[in-house]
Amino acid sequence: MIPGIGAFTWDTLWCFSQVKGTMETGTTEADIISTVEFNHTGELLATGDKGGRVVIFQREQESKNQVHRRGEYNVYSTFQSHEPEFDYLKSLEIEEKINKIRWLPQQNAAYFLLSTNDKTVKLWKVSERDKRPEGYNLKDEEGRLRDPATITTLRVPVLRPMDLMVEATPRRVFANAHTYHINSISVNSDYETYMSADDLRINLWNFEITNQSFNIVDIKPANMEELTEVITAAEFHPHHCNTFVYSSSKGTIRLCDMRASALCDRHTKFFEEPEDPSNRSFFSEIISSISDVKFSHSGRYIMTRDYLTVKVWDLNMENRPIETYQVHDYLRSKLCSLYENDCIFDKFECVWNGSDSVIMTGSYNNFFRMFDRNTKRDVTLEASRENSKPRAILKPRKVCVGGKRRKDEISVDSLDFSKKILHTAWHPSENIIAVAATNNLYIFQDKVN
Amino acid sequence: MECALDAQSLISISLRKIHSSRTQRGGIKLHKNLLVSYVLRNARQLYLSERYAELYRRQQQQQQQQQPPHHQHQHLAYAAPGMPASAADFGPLQLGGGGDAEAREPVARHQLHQLHQLHQLHLQQQLHQHQHPAPRGCAAAATAASPPASPAPASSAGFYRGAYPAPSDFGVHCSSQTTVLDLDTHVVTTVENGYLHQDCCASAHCPCCGQGAPGPGLASAAGCKRKYYPGQEEEDNDDEDAGDLGAEPPGGVPFAPCKRARFEDFCPDSSPDASNISNLISIFGSGFSGLVSRQPDSSEQPPPLNGQLCAKQALASLGAWTRAIVAF
Repeated sequence: MIPGIGAFTWDTLWCFSQVKGTMETGTTEADIISTVEFNHTGELLATGDKGGRVVIFQREQESKNQVHRRGEYNVYSTFQSHEPEFDYLKSLEIEEKINKIRWLPQQNAAYFLLSTNDKTVKLWKVSERDKRPEGYNLKDEEGRLRDPATITTLRVPVLRPMDLMVEATPRRVFANAHTYHINSISVNSDYETYMSADDLRINLWNFEITNQSFNIVDIKPANMEELTEVITAAEFHPHHCNTFVYSSSKGTIRLCDMRASALCDRHTKFFEEPEDPSNRSFFSEIISSISDVKFSHSGRYIMTRDYLTVKVWDLNMENRPIETYQVHDYLRSKLCSLYENDCIFDKFECVWNGSDSVIMTGSYNNFFRMFDRNTKRDVTLEASRENSKPRAILKPRKVCVGGKRRKDEISVDSLDFSKKILHTAWHPSENIIAVAATNNLYIFQDKVN
Repeated sequence: MECALDAQSLISISLRKIHSSRTQRGGIKLHKNLLVSYVLRNARQLYLSERYAELYRRQQQQQQQQQPPHHQHQHLAYAAPGMPASAADFGPLQLGGGGDAEAREPVARHQLHQLHQLHQLHLQQQLHQHQHPAPRGCAAAATAASPPASPAPASSAGFYRGAYPAPSDFGVHCSSQTTVLDLDTHVVTTVENGYLHQDCCASAHCPCCGQGAPGPGLASAAGCKRKYYPGQEEEDNDDEDAGDLGAEPPGGVPFAPCKRARFEDFCPDSSPDASNISNLISIFGSGFSGLVSRQPDSSEQPPPLNGQLCAKQALASLGAWTRAIVAF
């Protein structure tokens, strides 16, 4: 088994690596993880939570003594990104919950990331300080000014090592550009601009300019009573800086080219699958709403997640997806109760692995699913404390739909719908995944022989 | 598959969700409310179609049993003599009323009560008529309404709605207006019976706007808050509502007027309570009644009061009914 290229075969076994977070049963809501994101090298893993905090984990260097154990992720930096605010004009409270984190590619020693709540995007700089200047002439060691009359000699200050300190400073605050709730941010491949999307509009920003943004998509109707759909997610193409996609609550995806016009209300491509009339129900509109859209690393495909399925679309074919994977189709007969308990509104995310051969998404009961696009095989795994022995191999789980339940299966009615995995992340090049289960972050790796 | 009974509970569950979303932290979620409004629309369509299919079946049975009486077409506006004409103009969730809140309240309640009585009377009359086209018309309209009607939650953070004083200053036709303040653009538009003012005034039938009414109307006199009385009229304890009228400050929380929306009255625990649904429907006045009484082949003269008994209006008012539910 050769690690590093992210190849997934049916022989891949996933092992527990780490879990972060408290084990206590009384979870404060502020600790619930709301976003997870690896940086471009996979060295850093960032999480945001409902309390507005960002926690960054760094992978430790692999030691030569333990070649079989890949580097672990340890806390690198923690900071409060957003605070609760109050909009006095509208008498609305603005939640501090971090909706999305996106890393910028590293261009110097410091790390930069974007974090956003419902209304404001912030650019954070995370940098290390491990040296301290000592020997100032005009200041003493405590920083107090010295009386110049007492200075008889001059010396050159020197840098002395100190304990590593990681500082996070907000470098830019992009505020007051969104009337509705921000659901997505996406860094452009030009590394100079990024976009933020709310329910009805998408804005384009330059990292250097905080008091202006360009509106590039606006689907707000002149008469709000004619509103039929909202924007649910948006992302830039990984290589073409002029191209982006956005998904809608009606289950459609639009691809736009910013070269065509300043306002990209008219799409370049429109991806929609005709609805199957036999599946029509009261909740058809809800379950067709797309909760996440992601470009493949190659830029050739997009993946969308709606309530029951994950779909892979070829950019060159608009009339239907090329692949559809059922995540938890056994819930189709439970939609009524899922509507009552609001679970039907859960927004699951989906991710590609580094080679675009496997896709992953979450489900209920702390289950998450992986689909191998080549072999068409899928597996259901569980993130639980019971499987938390180091390097313990995760056993595939199975949900029994009806009839006789086999020994290791779990029946649909026993599923715990309060334990949902909405946010997952896959290392850009290795088989390392981060899975957010409420207030715990699980890290799994593939088994290294 | 869900039946009409489940449709009722779905409607009440959905309304409860919309109601509670107003007090949730972070403000009203546009996306979620939009999805809930779709469920509302679907449930309502099923409920209406089943209900009118049932009514039609009963009438067919009676037709076979009795000698058919002469055809009567009843429009809600004419169903009871002495009924104030403006009752027919009640748009969804809109109660006419003039002046300040205090003066308006007894008028509103009175009109509401009359509306309810009218509706009950109307339903009874339907059962005794032999050839009432309503079920067919309704079913057709209900079906037709589904694609174009666009349930839209104006319950977004960007909206504030206030009802406008009625009739004395405006033509009867324009008696029920909703003013919408778009917090994005700070433009105030007047929506009438679910239409933008400019749309309805463009129609040749619009009597009061014949003088070339302005487009998106500017806010006129001091607006009063729109009140919602789900299930309220079923009891005679209207007095409970009195204190709340006018209590909310203008320009306050969006949909603050409906702080005391009476969902406890409208609860699914009261078992297959069709009267609750019909009361709810009766609230929405002409949006529903216009549909009930409309004839597909309009052989009768168009009632002068509500000159827009056209398919478009019925469809839009259906949608407006849904949207208005969501809006508050």
